[in-house]
Amino acid sequence: MSGFIVSEIIIPVIKSVAVALFPLVMTVVMIWMERRVVALIQSRLGPNRVGFEGVLQPIADAIKLFFKEDIMHRGADRSLFNLSPVLTLFTSLLAFCFVPLGDSINVFGYTINLWVAESPVGLLLTLGISSISVFGVIFGGWSSNSKYPLLGGLRSVVQVLSYEIPIVLTVLSVVFFSHSISLVDIVASQKAEGMWYAFYLPVSFIVFWISAIAETNRAPFDLPEAESELVAGFHTEYSGMKFAYYYIAEYTHMVLASSLVVILFFGGWLPPFPNVEALSFLGYVPGFIWYLVKIMFFLYVFIWIRATFPRYRFDELIRLAWKWLVPLSLANVMAIALVRSLG
Amino acid sequence: MSFKDIELNMGPQHPSTHGVLHLELAVDNEIVTRVKPFLGYLHRGIEKICEQRTYQQITPLTDRLDYLAAISNNLAYLLTVEKLAGIEVPRRGQYIRVILTELQRIASHLAWVGFFANDIGAMSVLLYGFAEREDILEIFEEYIGARLTVHALRIGGVPHDLDEKIMDMIRASLGTIPGRLADIEGLLSENRIWKHRTQGIGVISGTDAIEFGLTGPVLRATGIRWDIRKDIPYSSYGDFEFDVPLGKNGDVYDRFQVRIEEIRQSARIIRQALDRLPEGEIRAKVPRVMKIAPGEVFHSIEAPKGELGFYIKSNGTDRPERVKIKAPSFINMHSLELMCTGSLFADVVGILGSLDIVLGEIDK
Amino acid sequence: MNTMEDLSGSPAFRNVCESLAERFPGRMDDWMMEKGELTVIVPRDDIQEVLRHLKGELGFIALNDMIGLDNMNSTDGRRRFSVLYQLYRFPQPVRIRLRVDIDEGQDLPSCYYLFRSSDWAEREIYDMFGIVFSGHPDLRRIYMPEDFDGHPLRKDFPLEGRNG
Repeated sequence: MSGFIVSEIIIPVIKSVAVALFPLVMTVVMIWMERRVVALIQSRLGPNRVGFEGVLQPIADAIKLFFKEDIMHRGADRSLFNLSPVLTLFTSLLAFCFVPLGDSINVFGYTINLWVAESPVGLLLTLGISSISVFGVIFGGWSSNSKYPLLGGLRSVVQVLSYEIPIVLTVLSVVFFSHSISLVDIVASQKAEGMWYAFYLPVSFIVFWISAIAETNRAPFDLPEAESELVAGFHTEYSGMKFAYYYIAEYTHMVLASSLVVILFFGGWLPPFPNVEALSFLGYVPGFIWYLVKIMFFLYVFIWIRATFPRYRFDELIRLAWKWLVPLSLANVMAIALVRSLG
Repeated sequence: MSFKDIELNMGPQHPSTHGVLHLELAVDNEIVTRVKPFLGYLHRGIEKICEQRTYQQITPLTDRLDYLAAISNNLAYLLTVEKLAGIEVPRRGQYIRVILTELQRIASHLAWVGFFANDIGAMSVLLYGFAEREDILEIFEEYIGARLTVHALRIGGVPHDLDEKIMDMIRASLGTIPGRLADIEGLLSENRIWKHRTQGIGVISGTDAIEFGLTGPVLRATGIRWDIRKDIPYSSYGDFEFDVPLGKNGDVYDRFQVRIEEIRQSARIIRQALDRLPEGEIRAKVPRVMKIAPGEVFHSIEAPKGELGFYIKSNGTDRPERVKIKAPSFINMHSLELMCTGSLFADVVGILGSLDIVLGEIDK
Repeated sequence: MNTMEDLSGSPAFRNVCESLAERFPGRMDDWMMEKGELTVIVPRDDIQEVLRHLKGELGFIALNDMIGLDNMNSTDGRRRFSVLYQLYRFPQPVRIRLRVDIDEGQDLPSCYYLFRSSDWAEREIYDMFGIVFSGHPDLRRIYMPEDFDGHPLRKDFPLEGRNG
């Protein structure tokens, strides 16, 4: 009986809390890392006063945002204005339910899977739920009843609509190999193949990665919040904790995008070359650590790109999606389908 | 709700209007159909204040015009006063003036590259430009004690001689410029996104540019060779060898290239001036109370942003009757309407940035 | 007053003066030379024609600046206001200045359609001196607010500010 309580109630609750906290902790790490890494690239110091090398800076920022006045101007649509940041953050956290953070582990005789829910259609659910968060951006831009947020929201609609297509198409090419759209199975099939899919599907990986950056509204595709054009884009009118929600949601999305890249193309929690005997000692490192190292690498690339590239213009962005990424991913899927059906 | 013709107020508080500029835009979806600038948020009436100040007292006021190129403003004003009063500046003083104004030009262009790249979204370039600019501002600090509004020149010459320490600082700074420019160009010049955002954007033809009275790098980017340092030399610029970089298409990309090349040419001028610095006085004898006989005179120099001219009318007292500032930013800003109409909203920011405006100079 | 300095040293200036005197006989022989700068005094009614002539025939294609002057305190007996036009000729640079004197309340023909650069320059002079340029399509104040009373660069504008 107690075993049932532990395995069916306590463990799921702990896991849910942990999975909800994981993106938040990563956000804190990322804010610090982003500011320090960008500072490093720009030959300046960055925050280094609060705590050791400024690690507590994000906490200080959060406290500041928490106590800031929450401003909503008179023309705003109250309910939507309040709902949008919550919607954005909630859906981006919810999408983490299906993301396996590591292999199953044994604790006190209980087998704990490092994912909250396993679904046979986990990949679809993750993509679907994370796409809902764009509604928060659109509603937020619209309900602000102000022109810059509206333009930011409009840009966001077009951008997300355009880049969903290459994402789904490239994901499809992964599914041709894994024969499953459960994220856990996709990792397991990479173990069976003995190879990360990025080496089989380099084109898919590149298209997916570019589209993922666009989906997360990060530089050089940060048009919905391009600060030199639209002031702050869709969250111009937001302040205090509501602004913080958007802020956290952006970083959660980055973590999610990195996680998906790692799971789909870089073997999730698997060590490098899982089937090579000489490298089997790498398997002693826990899967979660491998996963963490891999997503940190991609999060670093996010920052690196931001510090290097100028911003795309809106029409160029759409052109890139429809004229390059969509045809490329379509041809890629067809070619892979052909190869798989013949071989 | 229709998205046709949204009226958008860009500024006076906006991250990329470079001060308190207010643009009223009409956008149809993302295409700009009308641009209407509103000035005057920084209007301090400097021309009126000048009428109440002695000739010496006006010099620091000119620092506040184009605050990114204070020494160029000083030089333009002082040359006009000296022409009006018939003062001959000693050659060593002229050379030191050239060195300081060319350093100021480099600092101004570097600040521009940074702000402009930041407008387009390349954030790192800002800091690369500012690192070099910092070295130059330290030279100013060593020379005169101030960094931004320096008031580094005086009627009749310069207040201090260049000592060995400052010369070494200048040489060291010149040594680091090629590397820093290589960093900036490495990030931008061949970058596809950068080229997309700048090539063919904000094009103005040479004829239109003259019609609008444009000067400086914006005019030279259209391919018209017009540099007052070459064409009407002042302050012994005729002694130095340098090229006038020209663009071809008059677009934003050419303005970027012209300014980057101008930094190299300025470094060349400074190196020549340091090597050939003549001996002698640095400042002509000027009476403490300067009364200038009635007359009127106009003089202009090639400031970093274009032709900066001063018109001064004297009336026999120690204060001018009228001072008129011909500010390059004011004139260049006027062409914004022509360049922006029909372009995308995102490009307005780029075009505005490429003009290198400073509101202190526009609003006077 | 047209022989403060001789024009013989500068053929470009002599060229301009002769051409103007020929085109506008009897009205354009008033000029002054000071510190190497030529100022031609133009009657108010002729300014548009003179500018058109200079631009079309003599190659002064750039109107560089327009300067307003309030002669209230000046001793040389000019009319109340003067407007100066700074013109450039490319590519061999020659710079000349035109001066138009007008009385208070008198307007001045705009050269908006002749030189686009005069657009803001005329608005500035209108704002600062209250000189109306007839024919300017968008003559608004440029620096001061629309509802501002008075013209700041006039010599009779109170320096100490006004009540209210």
